[in-house]
Amino acid sequence: MSRRRALRALVYATLIAATLVVLLPLGVVLLTSLKSSKEMTDGSGALTPPDDPLDVHNYVEAFQDGRMLQAFGNTLFICAFAIAGTVLIGSMTAYAIDRFTFRLKKLVVALFLLAALVPGVTTQVATFQIVNSFGLFDTRWAPIVLYMGTDIVSIYIFLQFIRSIPVSLDEAARLDGANAFTIYWRIILPLLKPAIATVVIVKGIAVYNDFYIPFLYMPSQDLGVISTSLFRFRGPYGAHWEIISAGTILVILPTLIVFLALQRFIYNGFMRGATR
Amino acid sequence: MPGAPGQARRRGQGWRALTPWLFLLVPLALLITFTYAPIADMVAYSFTDWDGVSPELHYTGGHNYAEIFTRQDLFEVFFVSGYYLAASAVQIVAALYFATILSFKVRFRNFFKGVLFFPSLINGVAIGFVFLYFFQDGGTLDTVLGLFGVHTGHAWLGTPVSANISLAGVSVWRYTGLNFVLFLGAIQSIPGELYEAAELDGASRWQQFRYIIAPGIKPVVTLTVILSVSGSLSVFEVPYIMTGGATGTETFVTQTVKLAFQYNKTGLASAAAVVLLLIVLAVTWVQRRLVPDDRADLV
Repeated sequence: MSRRRALRALVYATLIAATLVVLLPLGVVLLTSLKSSKEMTDGSGALTPPDDPLDVHNYVEAFQDGRMLQAFGNTLFICAFAIAGTVLIGSMTAYAIDRFTFRLKKLVVALFLLAALVPGVTTQVATFQIVNSFGLFDTRWAPIVLYMGTDIVSIYIFLQFIRSIPVSLDEAARLDGANAFTIYWRIILPLLKPAIATVVIVKGIAVYNDFYIPFLYMPSQDLGVISTSLFRFRGPYGAHWEIISAGTILVILPTLIVFLALQRFIYNGFMRGATR
Repeated sequence: MPGAPGQARRRGQGWRALTPWLFLLVPLALLITFTYAPIADMVAYSFTDWDGVSPELHYTGGHNYAEIFTRQDLFEVFFVSGYYLAASAVQIVAALYFATILSFKVRFRNFFKGVLFFPSLINGVAIGFVFLYFFQDGGTLDTVLGLFGVHTGHAWLGTPVSANISLAGVSVWRYTGLNFVLFLGAIQSIPGELYEAAELDGASRWQQFRYIIAPGIKPVVTLTVILSVSGSLSVFEVPYIMTGGATGTETFVTQTVKLAFQYNKTGLASAAAVVLLLIVLAVTWVQRRLVPDDRADLV
């Protein structure tokens, strides 16, 4: 039996080691964010606790000078439209593909499938010219249309769900005189709630964290989102790690709160989203 | 009322034939505008010397492609992918290990699960800053190593080899949790009776892993391997944020972004993107061959 106990101890040792590896870099940034600039110049070690752990002065400075309020506002705006658009477009596509037979259906499906294989980053050089020609460059609509237009994963998630909704429901409604749009809006969409929750979570996290698209398409200071505003900390605060750390924690905190509140849904969402 | 019922039906049929297209109008327009049109344009640009701005562009044939494969500084980025490929291997093995042990009864299971998964939800720029600080001279890593009596007067991001290893390490930190959750989900979808039966037959943990878990999660693991390959080729955020591509950490995408948006070499950048796209498509095609994925059927 002692071999089994040794094995158990080893399992826990690796789990604790992994926990340390994950939490240590984050913890040190949290410590640093609470130190004064004087402490930093005096050469406070990375693992030394701050003199005054309740001093949130760096956070105030990061929040104000880093224009974080504006960044959160822009991110929220883009998130809201991108998510609403993704839900509508994804569910409409899935509804059309699953509930209708029409000519060229195979081609349409193949187009969506093939697009899933094209990594977005590869085509940006050319996408940039198209976005530019629509006059969307350096507006908040550029990321919104890009996020809406390329989300194959959500279409797939909706498709899985629509298949599990019995077609007899549609038929019953049709006998009552409902047309396709009424059926979609009144019957399908409400029944898709679990799928919508999944898409909202996965898409929300993806949009909140994306750096590439806002970085390329919205260079204006005023259009900074969370990622790009934080990225701009590099210049002015180059050596002020206490301010950069505070900004970093400010960006991570909402993710942590959402994660703790919605844990179960987030796991499910990612499993459904990523395995496709 | 000549032929009223027939006409009504025909009109009804016309509507019915049109209805799916009304639903697909916007999705297809977006798909074509922002996925297929760019691909077509990109291929066209790749044969020109366009700078992205001027109205003038000249057809240069395969010149851009020749440049990518012959100019050493442009081609070298492929070797950098090697570091990330190695990191993917580490990441998959670690994820597999943790998914296996956490699928059995373990104390504080949900806590460990949450801790392992959380990094994959964090903003990439934030991760870049966290690790820029972590790898600083006299920063976290040096301090921790110092606690164990290891003193390295070493600039982690200072030489190409150690900088790339450090950045690839960040990748492992960031993505292991995502793979872990996917594997865990796959393991948990294996019916519990199988373990019970195995346990009754006196199967050891290793045997349970070997004969029940491993075959059960094979499709997910293969998918992850393929995603890791294309992921390793298209690394962008962390090296761009942490080193800006300095000290030999330029990746394919950071280089393409620079070519296109800093040096205005749209033609050359397009050719590079076409090459990357072809590699990724080839990898995916191989995957579809190896694992005929019956769940990925859209029809």
